[in-house]
Amino acid sequence: MNITVTLIFQMIAFILLIWFVNKYLWTPVNAMLEDRQKRIADGLAAAEKGKHEQELAEKHAKETLKEAKTQAAEVLAQAEKRASIVVEESKEKAQVEGDRIKASAQSEIDQEVSRAREQLRGQVAEIAVAGASKVLGREIDNKSHDKLMKDLIKQI
Amino acid sequence: MAEAASGGGTVQYIQHHLTNLCAGQCDPITHKATGFWALHLDTIFFSYALAALIMVVSWRLGRSLVSDTPSGFQNFVETIVDFVAQQVRDTFPGHNPLIAPLALTIFVWVWLMNAMDLIPVDLLPVLANSIFGIEYLKAVPTTDLSATFAMALVVFALIVYYNIKIKGPVGYLKMFLFHPFGKFFVPVNIVMSIIEEIAKPLSLGLRLFGNLFAGELVFLLIALIGGTMFVTAGLLGGMFWGGLQVLLDLGWLIFHLLVITLQAFIFMVLTIVYLGMAHVEDH
Repeated sequence: MNITVTLIFQMIAFILLIWFVNKYLWTPVNAMLEDRQKRIADGLAAAEKGKHEQELAEKHAKETLKEAKTQAAEVLAQAEKRASIVVEESKEKAQVEGDRIKASAQSEIDQEVSRAREQLRGQVAEIAVAGASKVLGREIDNKSHDKLMKDLIKQI
Repeated sequence: MAEAASGGGTVQYIQHHLTNLCAGQCDPITHKATGFWALHLDTIFFSYALAALIMVVSWRLGRSLVSDTPSGFQNFVETIVDFVAQQVRDTFPGHNPLIAPLALTIFVWVWLMNAMDLIPVDLLPVLANSIFGIEYLKAVPTTDLSATFAMALVVFALIVYYNIKIKGPVGYLKMFLFHPFGKFFVPVNIVMSIIEEIAKPLSLGLRLFGNLFAGELVFLLIALIGGTMFVTAGLLGGMFWGGLQVLLDLGWLIFHLLVITLQAFIFMVLTIVYLGMAHVEDH
């Protein structure tokens, strides 16, 4: 049970083991753990940042959407207004155009009527003259009876 | 070793199991070391083998560390490393990169050497005897004072080294002169301080040795129950005592699992505390 030279061997082994454990176990494991710790912290920070950024982006998107909505509403209102104006305008135009067409048609009709009447009158006079000449048995000289003819035409 | 346990052989059995494999200055009859120049080959063999095991495992693990997806064994080692690092952070003031690996080495090595205790007491001696013809074998290195004091002395050397390094030679001397009772009790202080300093390695070495030696002794006594009683109590009684031996052995084994861990832990923590005290500028 006494202390022997074994002690020296044990001390050598102990010192060697400390050196070895330090070099090949402690240092790499500790470095790895520190690296992992750092990476986890970095990752968490990045996640936090990402979350923040996402929130910002969401806010931004919401704002953009709202803006777009207002703009769209504005555009829509404007378009409606414009459309009603256009409709109004075209209505008026149509009215005017219609009136014009009606008027021109009316005048054409009038013209046609008077022309027809004129023609008719001439033809009636001719027919009358022809009838009369047949009745009288002789030709009525157009020239000598010109005045009479004209009076007749007028009477018709 | 049932034949050795019969009758008056119990003392011989225990004596035999507590004798190291000695080479050099050894008593030819009792096989005990008679002087300093005696080698305890079994202590050296088992402690070196366990140290080599630590080296191989740590070398292999250290080369294949995975940061992102650690596997089972790496997790286990990480837990131990983290545990030791936490102890050092909690109890060690200041910063010294040597303390944590030192504490880790102590914890793992002492635990493994203590764990030799958990191997059935007769197994290794019987194997060594029947295969290699080795007469004596004490498998637990920490039941050898040389092994425990070797560690205690290395720790003591570090304590003295860091005391001188941190406090300076004069500061260290002042600690002996003026501590703990101030400048009017210098002779008392010197005696007290020397006792205090010597007590550190002494308590470290003796505590570990004592606990493990006693534990081993109890294992031997439990191992004796079945064999001894088998001879005297006949077949049926022998079976009863054999059963009792198994039961007691299991109980002591489970308890000892705690003891060996606790002793390794205490050795480690005290080392950290003593070295921490050496790093404090002023008491």
